[in-house]
Amino acid sequence: MVNGSDLALEVELLEAEELNLVALVEAQTPGDTRLAMCIQCGTCGGSCPSGPDMDHTPRQIFAMLRAGFKDDVLRSNTPWYCVSCYLCTVRCPQEIRITDLMYTLKRMSVEAGLYEDSTAPDLSGTFVDYVERYGRSFEFGLATRHNLRHRPLSMPSMVPMGFGMLTKGRMDLTPHQIEGLDQLRSILRRAKELEAVQ
Amino acid sequence: MRYLFYPGCSMQRTARPYLDSLHAIQETLELELEEVHDWNCCGATEYMSIYRLPAFALIGRNLALAQQQANGSSTVMAACSACYLNLSKTDHYMREDSQLSQDVNTALQAGGLRYDPGTIAVRHLLDVILNDIGVERIRELVTRPLTGLRVAAYYGCMIVRPDLEHRWENPEYPTALEGLMTALGAEVVDFPLKTHCCGGHMTQISPETAYELIRRLVHGAALYEADVLVTVCPMCQLNLDAYQVEMNKHFKTDYEIPILFVTQLMGLAFGKDPDELGLGREFVDSGPALAKIGLAALDDEQAPPSPRKKRKKEEGLPMPPPMEGELR
Repeated sequence: MVNGSDLALEVELLEAEELNLVALVEAQTPGDTRLAMCIQCGTCGGSCPSGPDMDHTPRQIFAMLRAGFKDDVLRSNTPWYCVSCYLCTVRCPQEIRITDLMYTLKRMSVEAGLYEDSTAPDLSGTFVDYVERYGRSFEFGLATRHNLRHRPLSMPSMVPMGFGMLTKGRMDLTPHQIEGLDQLRSILRRAKELEAVQ
Repeated sequence: MRYLFYPGCSMQRTARPYLDSLHAIQETLELELEEVHDWNCCGATEYMSIYRLPAFALIGRNLALAQQQANGSSTVMAACSACYLNLSKTDHYMREDSQLSQDVNTALQAGGLRYDPGTIAVRHLLDVILNDIGVERIRELVTRPLTGLRVAAYYGCMIVRPDLEHRWENPEYPTALEGLMTALGAEVVDFPLKTHCCGGHMTQISPETAYELIRRLVHGAALYEADVLVTVCPMCQLNLDAYQVEMNKHFKTDYEIPILFVTQLMGLAFGKDPDELGLGREFVDSGPALAKIGLAALDDEQAPPSPRKKRKKEEGLPMPPPMEGELR
């Protein structure tokens, strides 16, 4: 039998964890996210273009965050299936910055290494690599590296599109590099140092 | 009118026709564009997924360069909706969150730069066209009206949402692009999905998710018998054009809706040469649509343009047909 004080302690701990997780997510998102204001109406999930393919709707994710289900949230494909269309953000009656929160959850899931399918995190990672290497994105490199790694069997069927992009002058085989690459790298290095101590 | 111009990576490659057609019409529009010198990538939707502060610093470098270069014009114009949003969002959040502003500037300092939030106004090309030049002026510039061309006006997401600076009348159902198309002489078709997602980067993550989103949009345009869908974003054009072909393979459909940039249609209406506007570089041939306004197909000038294939009614997807009177 659970006695009263144990139960009270448990509730207290649970509340502390809930506050922690919500506060943690909010602290890593710029501005006032209003995450704690969610009324669980489900407008977000109903508006989401990739909602049907998500493990959890955004509404469920927010309930899970409040309940302290950190690992379950960070394992979910939901943030990675967010297409950044901001439809939920403009429709949310509580004006919660849902899209921004999804970016935060992506970063937390990378940091924790908890994502189950690496396709989306790797796409972002490869993109970041090219930007840091040249200062510009490099579509040809991104498309080949990403598809070779994650969808090698689709490569033959992608040939016509790749060939089309090249012959229509819509893709280059070589990257463009900015002049101030060292400057950009210094800026990004400093930003990463600052982010690490926060 | 003079603007600082941030082209972005896509406009230089996958959306080259967008840049070419903008350059082709800028003199007519009396737009003076000064490229932000040595700009870097805005990070698209990817950089922010891995890093927070570095993502803002990455974009901050562009704003700082623009501030340095401002020299009278403090507006940075971007024609790519993702670049526009990233630049606008960084400026907005730096204004709103002083800690973020301080951190971004500490990072920028490492490169000898600084950005004072609020110094640069970030605007989208379509906003500049509609509000600085104006539909009335555009109407006067038309020498080859796009009479008879049925256009689905597509905005996509990031230009109208989250719309931090309240530049649009509605984040889901704006109507300004339609007014511009009408001024060019085109016939605007109803297109309820005008601000629905094109699939974004899902083509690389979960193609099936993306194909369904692409199908909805292309189907919507086909349902209202649009000859062409007009877009204001490189990503939307790429997904709806190049991936329309892949989507057709996936669903075994045969949609053929050409996807053109707003600047290409403006150029045509201003009497520019289709070649100069980068036409003919799309995956879904715009030849039949151009033939409707009296222009020969580009690739095969001898052969008369083939009549557009229409999907047979019985092959149609189980969707209610448009109401009587909504079509011609």
